[in-house]
Amino acid sequence: MSPKDISRRKFIKNLGGGVVGAGVAIQTLSAKTRKESKPPSKSDSAVALTFTVNKKPITLLVEPESTLADVLRNDLKLTGTKVVCNHGECGACTVLLDGRAVYSCHMLALDAQGKSVTTIEGLMDGEKLHPVQEAFVEHDGLQCGFCTPGQVMAAEAILIKNPKPGKEEIIEGMSGNLCRCAAYPNILKSAVAAAEKLNKS
Amino acid sequence: MQFSYIQPTSIEEVFKLGSAAPLYAGGTDLIGLMKDDIIKTDKVINIKKLKGLDKIEDKGNKGIEIGPLVKIADLIENETIQEKCPLLVQTAKEIASPQLRNMGTVGGNICQRPRCWYYRGDFDCIRKGGDTCYAVGGENKYHCIIGGGPCFIVHPSDLAVALLALDAKIEITSENGQKTVPVNDFFILPEDDETKENILEPGEIVTKIILPEQAKGFKTTYIKFKERSSWDFAVVSVAAVLKTDGNMIKNGKLAFGGVAPHPWMEAEINQKLTGLNTDEASVDAFTSSLFHNAEPMEKNEYKVILARNLVKRIIDNLA
Ligand SMILES: Cc1cc2nc3c(=O)[nH]c(=O)nc-3n(C[C@@H](O)[C@@H](O)[C@H](O)COP(=O)(O)OP(=O)(O)OC[C@H]3O[C@@H](n4cnc5c(N)ncnc54)[C@H](O)[C@@H]3O)c2cc1C
Ligand code: SF4
Ligand code: FES
Ligand code: FES
Repeated sequence: MSPKDISRRKFIKNLGGGVVGAGVAIQTLSAKTRKESKPPSKSDSAVALTFTVNKKPITLLVEPESTLADVLRNDLKLTGTKVVCNHGECGACTVLLDGRAVYSCHMLALDAQGKSVTTIEGLMDGEKLHPVQEAFVEHDGLQCGFCTPGQVMAAEAILIKNPKPGKEEIIEGMSGNLCRCAAYPNILKSAVAAAEKLNKS
Repeated sequence: MQFSYIQPTSIEEVFKLGSAAPLYAGGTDLIGLMKDDIIKTDKVINIKKLKGLDKIEDKGNKGIEIGPLVKIADLIENETIQEKCPLLVQTAKEIASPQLRNMGTVGGNICQRPRCWYYRGDFDCIRKGGDTCYAVGGENKYHCIIGGGPCFIVHPSDLAVALLALDAKIEITSENGQKTVPVNDFFILPEDDETKENILEPGEIVTKIILPEQAKGFKTTYIKFKERSSWDFAVVSVAAVLKTDGNMIKNGKLAFGGVAPHPWMEAEINQKLTGLNTDEASVDAFTSSLFHNAEPMEKNEYKVILARNLVKRIIDNLA
């Protein structure tokens, strides 16, 4: 193919790296996610994974190439964790690994061997919402809600590290979570309110 | 992607496995490459369980040794680095997003593959063994302005730029032994080999990053120009290590990211810094001489001006 045959369309379709705006990246990459989801049958190559998910010890067989998000969603049916870009670019799949925020779509499930994973489902206390979740409800920290589990987990990670974060620290800590609805002002308000809530209780 | 996951616990085991499989550290780059079928492999060698490679050790006047498996987030939190090498902390904070900094390692950061969108897309370009560089005559806004040909990537690592300005060294271990090379000799240009970005041969592992003891009295900073405030790779970045005296720069170093296929430092530029007066006219004369030898592509001449203005900003701030 000669350089001039590259139409703009083709160009955008093939764009993997994150140099253009998030909107474009998310739109193109979600097609990839669909292509990659596979039936849950296990082949001979499956390996045992033992880890803790939401405080419960779990052992299961996983394919080495499964991402942590695949295993959480497809095997453990913890579908609160969302996969949007599947490329470590948007934060929708954020979970806590030993208390730190990570992108579950962009790491292998086997990397969680022996570790502790917390998903959005793990924040609830029975039917009672976690203070961070409450704050998002009270301050309308969402529009379509698709990025919300990731936003909540990112906020929780900030509070685990520092129960009294400043606003700058919150902005910085949430910077790996994109929101396609651009609900950013209320997301920030919710995260700030969550910090205040935790410090009151 | 489909592969087996091998988890050696000693470096000798890695050597026994042979050199055919990619090393997998944090995986933040490698997983993307595998998902996009740019790297196809039937096994990955997870090196995260290798003993002793995830430490930061202060060796006094021998400098600081950073293990390649140190996470970017841990580098930022490390007290020795905070105290003795704030430039590295400032640079590391500019990398990717909080989540990726919790996952990605220092070794993986300097060994990551380029972000050229043709390379990351379905194009069999020169870097993938083809015979065409699609950036020439294509979308080359983010490509290099100097040191390019036949491939025109920029090196994406932020840390590498700071490490270059800090005179760091890289220790490489293979079955045949160990060698230590300055950062400057670690990275290569496409004219030397257009299929890789550094001297690593299959079977060689980065086992240490060595920061020499930093001389006292230098001011340092890292400026990264990116197009949005969330995570992004540098359009142009500059790491500066400068010693000032009144309104004069005594000496110093400037290293550039986003301009060349490897982190870029020019002896000529650093020589001109020595004794540079910080009045506006002198600084303007200095900055407008920068990258006079650049060969921008069709859509990236703006990077020359950007690099000059970033240097001006640095001198205004530090001196
Ligand atoms: C969305 C996104 C944004 C990003 N933004 C930035 C940014 O702003 N700045 C930046 O600098 N980077 C950025 N990155 C790149 C990011 O992947 C690196 O910063 C990260 O540090 C790589 O480390 P890793 O351990 O995950 O590497 P891996 O993916 O594990 O490895 C990367 C490469 O290095 C090789 N390797 C790893 N360790 C060694 C070793 N010890 N010896 C020899 N070879 C080794 C691997 O084989 C592989 O080829 C970004 C990545 C993503 C996905
Ligand atoms: S700049 Fe390099 S990586 Fe990009 S298309 Fe040209 S040859 Fe390929
Ligand atoms: S789904 Fe976007 S970062 Fe994982
Ligand atoms: S993506 Fe819709 S609320 Fe964030």
